[in-house]
Amino acid sequence: MDIPVYSLIAYLVAAVLFIIGLMRMSTPKTARVGNVLAATGMLIAIVITLLLKEVLNYTMILIGIAIGGIIGGVVARTVKMTAMPQMVGIYNGFGGGGSLLIAAAEFFRYVNLAEGFTIQNSVTIVITILIGCVTFSGSMIAFGKLQGLVKSRPITYPMQNIWNLVIFLAVLAMIIYLIVSPGNIAVFLVLIAVCLILGVLLVIPIGGADMPVVISLLNSYSGLAGCAAGFVLGNMFLIISGALVGAAGFILTRIMCKAMNRSLGNVMFGAFGAVVQTAGVEGVEGEKIVREATPEDVTTLIGYAKSVIFVPGYGLATSQAQHCVAELATVLEQRGTDVKYAIHPVAGRMPGHMNVLLAEANVPYDKLYDIDDINADFERTDVAVVIGANDVTNPAARNITDSPLYGMPILNVDKAKSVIIIKRSLSPGFAGVDNPLFYMDKTMMFFRDGKHAIIEILNEIKDL
Amino acid sequence: MGQDMIFLLYVFVLAMFAGYEVITKVPPILHTPLMSGANAISGVCLIGAMMVTGPTETNPSTILGMIAVIMATINVVGGFTVTDRMLAMFKK
Repeated sequence: MDIPVYSLIAYLVAAVLFIIGLMRMSTPKTARVGNVLAATGMLIAIVITLLLKEVLNYTMILIGIAIGGIIGGVVARTVKMTAMPQMVGIYNGFGGGGSLLIAAAEFFRYVNLAEGFTIQNSVTIVITILIGCVTFSGSMIAFGKLQGLVKSRPITYPMQNIWNLVIFLAVLAMIIYLIVSPGNIAVFLVLIAVCLILGVLLVIPIGGADMPVVISLLNSYSGLAGCAAGFVLGNMFLIISGALVGAAGFILTRIMCKAMNRSLGNVMFGAFGAVVQTAGVEGVEGEKIVREATPEDVTTLIGYAKSVIFVPGYGLATSQAQHCVAELATVLEQRGTDVKYAIHPVAGRMPGHMNVLLAEANVPYDKLYDIDDINADFERTDVAVVIGANDVTNPAARNITDSPLYGMPILNVDKAKSVIIIKRSLSPGFAGVDNPLFYMDKTMMFFRDGKHAIIEILNEIKDL
Repeated sequence: MGQDMIFLLYVFVLAMFAGYEVITKVPPILHTPLMSGANAISGVCLIGAMMVTGPTETNPSTILGMIAVIMATINVVGGFTVTDRMLAMFKK
């Protein structure tokens, strides 16, 4: 496709707007304008593409844009903030799917072309098919797991990784075949099918709590799929934009792995959480005594504290407790208490999820602290209130070398003067290990679901 | 491999580095909007999808292209809209 110079310059402007938009994401204050700048870049690119002389099929394109625009717009306006991981999950898939379809469309165009495929055409097309298919079907499974349509515990079977390897080798063989003798429609269709299966098989053994890693990784893939489509079409704009997304997903994947002290390989192929380990209670000497608290106990402790840190986990999101917590925080602040929130990077089902939920409940963002910024504060804090979080507070991660959690950065909740744990039962967290924090002398267990616990405290505190 | 492919590879590698530098500066608090914003940008395959849907004939290529247009537009419109919705909630 012969693209005129003015269009190429417009694409460059669009790419620059994407980058400036992402630069503005460095603070919450400037981020909203950044998003508008990036959207403007996209609009410029769309208009410029419609003006290309080769792009004439306005009926199909505009109908497609209208359908996609309505679906995207309606979903984006109505989706609940608790469902953001699912939404990002399925959008990752559409990014991969779009690129995959571009590669397939180009394949069928070249098949009917007299001059056939060049080596570049065939190589770039098959690579796009591989990345696009794995991103698409993998994301659909990730979406299904987050939405509760697919079992969220890891699905495992004997010799799983060996089967995956065999399938991968089959994919490789078909790719080489299609590069050497391009244009074989049957092999091409089988390649698509097998790559789609590969995407499914790669994601089913990964458990619910590892979803932040998977979503980030698939986010990265969706960008790389866009890049690959850019190579198919020889389009620099697609390559630059795809690379930006690829880099974003890559960085987030690394942050998530680091926050769990696990390698990417272990997350992908380790089927973590498949079997509930009987690692037991090493680290807890003697008898395990749990102090169960009444609403009055908890309210008195919180009500008269000078400083409180809330530690929200996935349980806060599932019980929709964020609004009640924010209300309690306001009441406490009116009583003169210093309130902060400690957010572990893997709290929730995707990077940054907890921050969004709390922001939605009108918690000011300067009260939300990352693990590194708050860990030193716990020892100066009267009460730490853990709501629906478990593994990220487990002190065993610090010194019990044979614990599956060993080495994972944790929030230093056990350093606070008193600890209140709001949790439905004593059941272990996702890693399947017991939490010594529950048996400490300064810990009170308040056995409720997050929302009801906070509502009871709110009722009590009025009488304090 | 032709020179033009190598040229595209240069663009790809340099853009990855640029992306890495820019995105490392995004604070954890904004990681969810970053991801939905990245979704919107990954909808850039809309540009490619429009190109393959370009010819005024209905054949397998243009039909696949139109489906790609739908998927990519969902990402673009949905991604930017939901990101804006989220960022509007972050208040000091």
